[in-house]
Amino acid sequence: MIPLPEKSVCITGAAQSEVARPSQRSALQLTADACLAAIADAGLSVAEIDGIATYPGKSAEGGGIAPVSPSEAAEVLGITPRWILASSEGFSHMAPIFNAVTAIACGLARHVVVFRTVAQASARRQARASTLLSGGRDRVEGNNAWTVPFGAVSPVNTFALYAQAYFDRYGADEAQLGAIAVTSRAHAALNPAAIYREPITLDDYLASRVVSSPLRLYDCDAHVDGATALVLSHRDAAADLRNPPLHVEAMGMAVGGLWTGRHEGDFTSLPAAHRAGEMLWSRTDLTPDRIDCAQIYDGFSIFVWLWLEALGLVPSGEACRFTEGGSRIGLGGELPLNTGGGQLSAGRLHGYGHIHEACVQLWQRGGKRQVAGARNAIVSNGGYGYGAMLLRRD
Amino acid sequence: MAPKLPRLEPDTAFFWTSGADGRLRIQRCADCGQWQHPPLPRCASCGSEAVSPEPVSGRGRIASYTVNREAWLPDMAVPFVFAAVELAEQAGLYVFTNLKAPIEEARRGLPVTVAFEQQDDVWLPMFRPEAS
Repeated sequence: MIPLPEKSVCITGAAQSEVARPSQRSALQLTADACLAAIADAGLSVAEIDGIATYPGKSAEGGGIAPVSPSEAAEVLGITPRWILASSEGFSHMAPIFNAVTAIACGLARHVVVFRTVAQASARRQARASTLLSGGRDRVEGNNAWTVPFGAVSPVNTFALYAQAYFDRYGADEAQLGAIAVTSRAHAALNPAAIYREPITLDDYLASRVVSSPLRLYDCDAHVDGATALVLSHRDAAADLRNPPLHVEAMGMAVGGLWTGRHEGDFTSLPAAHRAGEMLWSRTDLTPDRIDCAQIYDGFSIFVWLWLEALGLVPSGEACRFTEGGSRIGLGGELPLNTGGGQLSAGRLHGYGHIHEACVQLWQRGGKRQVAGARNAIVSNGGYGYGAMLLRRD
Repeated sequence: MAPKLPRLEPDTAFFWTSGADGRLRIQRCADCGQWQHPPLPRCASCGSEAVSPEPVSGRGRIASYTVNREAWLPDMAVPFVFAAVELAEQAGLYVFTNLKAPIEEARRGLPVTVAFEQQDDVWLPMFRPEAS
């Protein structure tokens, strides 16, 4: 039997650039800031990095969603890569991580830096024309053609369908959903790098404007400029580095449904995310009750319910009652959730904020938001493609 | 007015122009009978390439909906209902649409029927509550 590649790979360094709305630094500068800090965090020199990967690569489209290519990052960093990847499709933004795991396990590279840079705050200040938010009469194509002609210009409209269906099927309510935003903000107040740190109450949430019912402003994440970088290393090369290695205990991935425009199920779950969860748990002896903190993708708050259930952390239909009141997902609760504020309050770093926060917790760097003794963290990523990782510290 | 119209692409043009004769068409496999949307060059169920547009009843039910209140574009009239309709022909066969009815009429399970709106060379399949 072929050994599972992730058992050979560890995260050895992690860092973020400034995260701002907007940043005065260019996307390439932010990328270099994060990568150099992550490499230093691992205790490595740039010359020891032999692989580099990112999601999704570089594109003029999308309003700052894809501002930096791995080639130009390598050049700026002074890396001479033996292995390089721009992964623009697949298992959420985790795809380059999963591919780096396989490259390292196969011996193609020993230390890989994986980065994710976003410049959506700057891009939207400069020109809305780079997004669907322009008033031109140009036509839409691909998957956007199925939704945009009906005024569903933002993904919030699509995911509002899931929220409404979930509300109706399980009798969930706004207060149960709002607890996610309120709790995330309370965590962000303890995270100096979060962009929104002023606490909000459930009343604040209920008074915020409805964007696309039942989702409100506080159910939506916020555009930022910023970069996150991770260093992944072979287990044999990780032991003597600066940080205790964080083992990639298991990974799970799936596409389907929204990624292809072909909807699965009844809008109350993400069946492909469930497949990612099943794959994850099939590759480890750990069980959901051993998880010390959960960093769950929250581009919109409804994702949290859908992912908690997809990962088997909460039974189907129960996530709404699990988040209600916030006590079980708070720092002292049974499953501390999005301990750095998530994307709702720390900014849309496209899942990499969540991975970074898992590293922060496992390396006990959380300061006032530290989950005492955190050893096992689960991370999920994606609303259209689905990836999940289990990180473990010895 | 739709904010932006769909580009008529080879595999999808039939869907956007189907309303010219007042009938909605969805791709169907002649070999196994499965309907599929969005269209593909082959049947996702059995692999057959014998897929082609066939008229459907134009009836279905609201699978889920949202009342959009954000004017994403300068001339966008809000609020409006964006919905997923499960067509009567097959479980899980969804099309996205707008519900052409007062927003408070939107609910899951609402029986609806297609009502096309032509703009340029596109017939957008809108839906309205089925007459009771």
